[in-house]
Amino acid sequence: MQKSLHLDPNKCTGCLQCEMACAWENYRSFTVAKSRIKVFTFHREGRFVPYTCTQCDEAWCMTACPVDAIRLDPETGAKIVLEPTCVGCKVCTIACPFGTINYVAQTGKVQKCDLCGGAPACAKACPTGAITYVDSDWTGFGKMRQWAGKTDTNPATV
Amino acid sequence: MRHLIIGSGPAGVVAAETLRKADPAAEITLLCGEAGPPYARMAIPYLLKGEIDEEGTHIRKDADHYARLRIQLVQARAVGLDTALDTALDAAQGQVRLEDGRRLPYDRLLIATGSRPSHEQIPGMDLPGVHSCWTLEDARTILAQARPGTRIVQMGAGFVGCIIMEGLLSRGVELTILVRSGYMVRRMMNPTASGLIRRWCEGKGVRILTHTQPLGISAAEGALRVALPEGRSLPADLYLSVVGVDPNLGFLEGSGIEIGHGILVDATMQSSVPGIYAAGDVAEAADCLTGQRRINAIQPNAVEQGRIAALNMAGLPARFKGGFVFNVLTTLGLMSSSFGEWQGVAGGESTEVLDEARFRYLNLQFEGERLIGANCVGFSDHIGALRGLIEGRVRLGVWKQRLMEDPAQIMQAYLAAGPRVA
Repeated sequence: MQKSLHLDPNKCTGCLQCEMACAWENYRSFTVAKSRIKVFTFHREGRFVPYTCTQCDEAWCMTACPVDAIRLDPETGAKIVLEPTCVGCKVCTIACPFGTINYVAQTGKVQKCDLCGGAPACAKACPTGAITYVDSDWTGFGKMRQWAGKTDTNPATV
Repeated sequence: MRHLIIGSGPAGVVAAETLRKADPAAEITLLCGEAGPPYARMAIPYLLKGEIDEEGTHIRKDADHYARLRIQLVQARAVGLDTALDTALDAAQGQVRLEDGRRLPYDRLLIATGSRPSHEQIPGMDLPGVHSCWTLEDARTILAQARPGTRIVQMGAGFVGCIIMEGLLSRGVELTILVRSGYMVRRMMNPTASGLIRRWCEGKGVRILTHTQPLGISAAEGALRVALPEGRSLPADLYLSVVGVDPNLGFLEGSGIEIGHGILVDATMQSSVPGIYAAGDVAEAADCLTGQRRINAIQPNAVEQGRIAALNMAGLPARFKGGFVFNVLTTLGLMSSSFGEWQGVAGGESTEVLDEARFRYLNLQFEGERLIGANCVGFSDHIGALRGLIEGRVRLGVWKQRLMEDPAQIMQAYLAAGPRVA
């Protein structure tokens, strides 16, 4: 069974351990601006929503890449950026309708969550269980919508 | 079943690969108009910058990729098309005429011939030193001729004109850009965004002359002279003509295929002639925002249309949900992007934030409680969510007003209002 990141905003306290773990894992630095997982703050509601790539089946980023720089990792199901092949054209960053693949000016390449090859550092670092790495049928886009909808900010729920 | 695809850009390559998956026994031929393996024009700016070699522009990296998938690459240009409908089989049984006199028969045809550069109608366009910047061959020519101190006059500051500037400047050239209108990238950016891009380029040493259209080019003393209105002229070693593109349709004359601006297609990407499909920059398909058919010459659209066309060619029904225009551009390191109805619509509302000193700008356009368009300069994070919100036709609810007050809350709005894409 393939595994996916499961993000539960109701358990997120906004501590940003995940962002620090991600930046450290990928850049050996605690520059959270470079993190591939982001915690969004909802000031009015006092809520935090962790958010990153769901490794969606459509793989808009992968199909939009003009030079085949985004590939499927058969082990984890993650769509991963091959940095040496990426030319930095950024087409994937507008093709992904979730906004989860982003350009990094310092490297001239794009970056996205690659599930750390099967041991996501964010999940390991999360102290409250808001980020867990679980069997895939628990996550996916439908679940993501559910958790996005669980915030009190959704007009449908207020 | 013989599948023939004309054009080996992203739409053609993805269509060929999709056909192979969908129809393992089929004969698949990919007609390539240029020598060498299929490549991505999107990568040419990075070749000019010297960041990649030619192999880095290839759409697929494995040398035997096409052979392994039994996709036959034929290098030749199509010059004509004979269509013939076999009513008994309800199939097209035509042939494509090639410039070398050969004829390629097909059962299903995909036209994915993309665009070609628009031709300026002024004297001197055939002089040595006058080039377009569209093909790998153009890039090789420019790389061979652009050296430190080379005087380049470039006509046009649209998407291509802007995205190649960094590569040109990296060669140490003196660059002058002529712009017919008052604005750079005016098909993509509003005047504020365009003005930021202009000021950014000028700050990097590019001379930009707006409201300027050359009258002609002549050879003078081993160089070129570009004649401008009011008796002015500019010396140049290289003249680059990048004034936009047109769909590559010339060979379809007399074929009977219905053409508007491009090849008119239905939701299966089929043209008016059964068995003949079109995808990518030549196809005029429905826009999901306006419902009107239009050419949408962007990479994600090309690959999606190529995929849909191929599935239908293989007999697996698939429908194109309709695209909309969005694009991303980097001009000398300044990133900008444009989505949907960025000009706004009658009765719509808009909001923006501008930080001129830091070259940051975000403009959002709404219709009712939906986001319908955006222009961004200097914003790179999570901009894909703008596509999600627009294409998903997300009702923003309370987030409409919050975005009106603070457009930078776009990701919060996205997460809270819940997109309906995919």
